[in-house]
Amino acid sequence: MSQPGMTIIVKNTTRIIAGFIALFGVYIALTGHLSPGGGFAGGVILAAAAVLVVLAFGSGFAGRIVNEPKCHIWDGTGAMGFLVVALCGYITGGFFVNFIPIGTAHHLLSGGMIPLANLAILLKVGAGLAGAFVALSAFKYGRPRSIRRVGREL
Amino acid sequence: MEQLVPLLVALPLGAAFLIVMIAHAGPLKRLTTPLAVLAVLVNLLIAGRLLWAGALHVYVGGWGQGQTLGIELVCDGLSKLMLIVINFVALASIIFATQYMRRFTKVWLFDALFLLMTGAMSAVVLAGDMFNLFVFLEVAAIASYALVAFGCESEELEAAFKYLILGTVGSAFILLGVTILYSLTGHLNMAKISEALRTIGPDSPGVLLGGAAIIAGLALKAAMVPFHAWLPDAHPSAPAPISAMLSGVLIKASGVYALARVVFGVLGVSPYYANILIAMGLLSMVLGMFLAIGQWDFKRLLAYSSISQVGYVVLALGVAAEAMSRAAPDRTVAALCLFGGLFHLFNHATFKSLLFLASGSIEQQAHTRLLKEMGGLSRRMPVTSFCCRIGALSISGVPPFNGFFSKLIIIIALVLSGHNVLAAVGIGVAVGTLLMYIKVQRYVLEGEPSDAVAAAREAPAGMCIALVLLTIVCICAGLALVPLRDLLFTPAGEALLGALP
Repeated sequence: MSQPGMTIIVKNTTRIIAGFIALFGVYIALTGHLSPGGGFAGGVILAAAAVLVVLAFGSGFAGRIVNEPKCHIWDGTGAMGFLVVALCGYITGGFFVNFIPIGTAHHLLSGGMIPLANLAILLKVGAGLAGAFVALSAFKYGRPRSIRRVGREL
Repeated sequence: MEQLVPLLVALPLGAAFLIVMIAHAGPLKRLTTPLAVLAVLVNLLIAGRLLWAGALHVYVGGWGQGQTLGIELVCDGLSKLMLIVINFVALASIIFATQYMRRFTKVWLFDALFLLMTGAMSAVVLAGDMFNLFVFLEVAAIASYALVAFGCESEELEAAFKYLILGTVGSAFILLGVTILYSLTGHLNMAKISEALRTIGPDSPGVLLGGAAIIAGLALKAAMVPFHAWLPDAHPSAPAPISAMLSGVLIKASGVYALARVVFGVLGVSPYYANILIAMGLLSMVLGMFLAIGQWDFKRLLAYSSISQVGYVVLALGVAAEAMSRAAPDRTVAALCLFGGLFHLFNHATFKSLLFLASGSIEQQAHTRLLKEMGGLSRRMPVTSFCCRIGALSISGVPPFNGFFSKLIIIIALVLSGHNVLAAVGIGVAVGTLLMYIKVQRYVLEGEPSDAVAAAREAPAGMCIALVLLTIVCICAGLALVPLRDLLFTPAGEALLGALP
């Protein structure tokens, strides 16, 4: 019984719900222009799924799914995507000017460029927060062993 | 032309994000440093192109002039001066960093944070509303906290932590002040706050509280005495190109520039603010000089000297505000004060970044920052030593270098405005500065080489190019005083004075 991470109960629960949590985060971001929420809230929820995986399985195993290079790449992509959305405004007049038809209110495809901006923020915040957590989980020096293993002893 | 203005912010940020994206992509990761140099160079060219345009007001996202909402970018004379200073020093620093940073790991992270800081500072000087100013102050500050800690040694982490805590306290004060002004006026746009404050009256307690909070926060960012405690730790701990950026431009863009903009453009000059600026400037000049003279750590000495020199700029701003707040405003003297202050800001950016970069070259060769362990470097590192000497002469105010002219103008303006005692103190501090840099030259450049520097060789070409670039500006800015005044400083002063009624 030397597997890293928490007990099998926690692992199995995480296996089932982590995907749903991530999906809920994407949903919150996708409907950000229609209901409360948005890119930031969705990104936080997405990152919570990653945090859950790292906590349950230990940073060593979870590193295959959530690791530093991946977080950097998606973080940069999200930020770049937001900037590209802003720069595309130059097509119709200027920085951050809407360049997509606004559509009908309360429909999913509406709000002009706001959904795109929300998706970019989802990536940025999700990867950024997950990356911050991965960075924190990499530092476990200087703590007594008993505290480090507390999750497994239970 | 207006469409170029947002690019000044978008370009460095975009390059920073791109660097993070390609950093893990095999062969592409060699491109990160050239990409950073290119981004800063293009930014400098755009800033230079904008010099010949009039004052530009850009409403981001299609919000118009009449509307209360929306982000406004203002590119007037003062913003243009600051853009040139920021991007020029950034260019010199990033060219220096291409060689200097080779001994560090994760250079791409350095490049990305550097560009983030440069872009955020460009946005700070372009911001036309208080909240945007606050946001980009924070972006620049957070990038700089990470950069101060870049070496990850315990001393650097400690300095960064101190900087982080004090910087956050400063930001909290600024946010508090912005909130108070917003609650009083219902506006965040600087011009509109200023208009609304004129009807409320500058003496009402709410306005004074808001003004005090903002000035305290910004003074902390500018490291004015008595808010200076973080600077002598943070600036020397960072890698040399970052020390040059922090001392050369960050404390000016996020401290002095913002102070000038808020006092002249938002709160409106009043004797309260003018006296606070004068008092802080005077204290910083004198205490910074005395603290610097006693230092034996090269970079720490330079950091204390930054406090002292920025004191000159703030003193000149304060006296300009005082001249404008009299019953009969003296616009000529105020304009001369602002010219001297802004010229000194420009000069200090060039020679202090030059000195910090030179200290980086010397530290890399001599493996020490202690003055007593160096010596005789003028023979071992001729180019670096020459540049270091020019920088030291400029900052000490020796004619015909640029520091002499800016200090002279400030002192003349002080005399003309009737502050003879302040002028005398200014001369005294200039003499003290000369002493402190004679000490630097005596211990670093002259004398017999010690054991530590026996193996010192000239720095690599890339580092020398950056030093020479800044040296040329130090020599030429003093000689090209009149064209520079017409091109840069008069419009910048007018931008501040024009905002007053």
